[in-house]
Amino acid sequence: MSSERKQRIAIFKFASCDGCQLSLLDAEDELLKVAEAVEIAYFPEASRAMMKGPYDVGLVEGSIITHHDADKIQQVRRQCRLLVTIGACATSGGIQALRNWKDAAEFVRTVYPSPDFVQTLKMSTPIAEHVPVDFELRGCPINKLQLVELLSALIAGRKPNIPTYSVCMECKRRATVCLAVSRGEPCLGPVTMAGCGALCPAYGRPCFGCFGPMDSPNTVALAADFAAKGHSHAEIERLFRSYSAWAWQFRRATEERRQA
Amino acid sequence: MGRDSRSHDAAALLEAQGLDELIRSLERRDYEVLGPTVHDSAIDWGPIHAAADLPAGWTATQAPGSYRIERRDDARRFAFAAGPSTLKRYFHEAERSVFSVESNGSPFHVVEKQDAPRRLAFIGVRPCDVAALAILDRVLIHDRFPDPAYRARRESSFIVAANCTEPGGACFCDSMGAGPHAASGFDLALTELDDSTMLVECGSARGEEVLREIPHAPAGKDVRERARAAMAAARKRMGRKLNTEGLAQALYDNFEHPEWEKVAARCLGCGNCTQACPTCFCITFEDASDIDGSRAERRRRWDSCFTLSHSYIHGGSVRQSPKSRHRQWVTHKLSAWESQFGTPGCVGCGRCIVWCPVGIDITETAAAVARQTAPVEARS
Repeated sequence: MSSERKQRIAIFKFASCDGCQLSLLDAEDELLKVAEAVEIAYFPEASRAMMKGPYDVGLVEGSIITHHDADKIQQVRRQCRLLVTIGACATSGGIQALRNWKDAAEFVRTVYPSPDFVQTLKMSTPIAEHVPVDFELRGCPINKLQLVELLSALIAGRKPNIPTYSVCMECKRRATVCLAVSRGEPCLGPVTMAGCGALCPAYGRPCFGCFGPMDSPNTVALAADFAAKGHSHAEIERLFRSYSAWAWQFRRATEERRQA
Repeated sequence: MGRDSRSHDAAALLEAQGLDELIRSLERRDYEVLGPTVHDSAIDWGPIHAAADLPAGWTATQAPGSYRIERRDDARRFAFAAGPSTLKRYFHEAERSVFSVESNGSPFHVVEKQDAPRRLAFIGVRPCDVAALAILDRVLIHDRFPDPAYRARRESSFIVAANCTEPGGACFCDSMGAGPHAASGFDLALTELDDSTMLVECGSARGEEVLREIPHAPAGKDVRERARAAMAAARKRMGRKLNTEGLAQALYDNFEHPEWEKVAARCLGCGNCTQACPTCFCITFEDASDIDGSRAERRRRWDSCFTLSHSYIHGGSVRQSPKSRHRQWVTHKLSAWESQFGTPGCVGCGRCIVWCPVGIDITETAAAVARQTAPVEARS
């Protein structure tokens, strides 16, 4: 990034709760500096000034659940030099990917008085199943400090410091006593990517895997260990099927067990 | 560290109230005093101000992948094996800023972190952890590139060991020659005899000075004999054993032993074993810059050979498979460490076994590889 021109950033939303893009507005201490350092060209959630593309960086939130989404992500990709998915929905399909194991049409019939108005795909899929993705920020929601770090790295032209190892590494660094070992609670920390600072275990709540699988997770072995400690297949399925349910390593944890 | 190997014969008998005096004496010397305390479902290091803060009547049952605190039917204060945290974090910090570069326009200037080390006194350090500090000293002070931050912290520390009379289910310090009796590396060493009395030995001149300020009685031969007997009994109750004879070479000779595949199938690659280990010293460095480019910083953090990034060099990670990462750790601990630093890298504290979420046991792995009885299967 040797040019003096500011990076043009665009934020796009697909099926999601908006929590990830709000992380940018929530970056209170850094927000003014961010606004000075980059040109926020397209951010409908925050500003009515919507500048046309192309953009240097597109931050994409949400998963693809409609035909319209599937078309739109192609246009977004064409307008962005770098495309970064932000959050569990964009990266792995989100909590709404639970429909992938069920009949979405039946949900529509049950929930909506006029189901004919609802056009939806059978599956909720991550952005990377539709277009090439250059970088992923994980989490439900993302860690705002990781977003600022990513933008800082982009401006400086350096590698972003985004770890890909387990949450356990962060638990141990902050001296949180392991909940799995000291209380026998099933925790997804050993297979989940760090980046949250091991937030939940520090408050006595086992990791529920919102950052999705780490770089080389042995989810099958963890599921086998949960089973050996007396957890039912249904319980194990519920553990792995939450915010990052459709991530293939999490899927594999329960699907291989069923076959076994 | 000012602790010498000269024998300080002044073994003395200390009453429980003496612990309060010990804490006060250390506080007068400007030490922050830490000891085992019960918090977060564990007996772990925390600040103490009186003997009453110690975990009297508590213990912990330890097994592969499992740790539970429990009440005892006595009031002993040191009747448990090593807890979750090692002393490593106090001397070799989990995260540290190395230096920063700051600029308001040009030119820039470098700011090096120069903090006065905290003066820490630890009461109740297990012999395995005392031995682990000696190993870390060898690596971080007495090798070619001493770490000034570690050294400064170590030099301002005071170590009160507590010899082990209650080994845990994953302990094998006896096999590693690191316990249950601390031979050196402490200022004072306690051996708990019952609810109210302890034998105390001096390991340094500083320890002797402190002991002089505490009411104590000379320890007779019978008392010393009781302490010796308690530790002899502890040796017999170690939860684990590791036969170290010929082990270093056996691990080198069996790089393709099928046991490595077997253990890798169970290994989560989470890195807990290395982070819980009192001697694992690996760190990684990262450079970061602020969003407005006015400040950059080099930071260091604990790292683990179980991460893919640990062996990342241009083009990719050297140790791609979980098997190669697990093997790297075990062979470094139990054999390569010896060639590198002249000591084993393991003290038998058992933490890697207990704090492994799936309870992988290094003593089992090492024994299986060293036995060489399993037929070597064709590599898939």
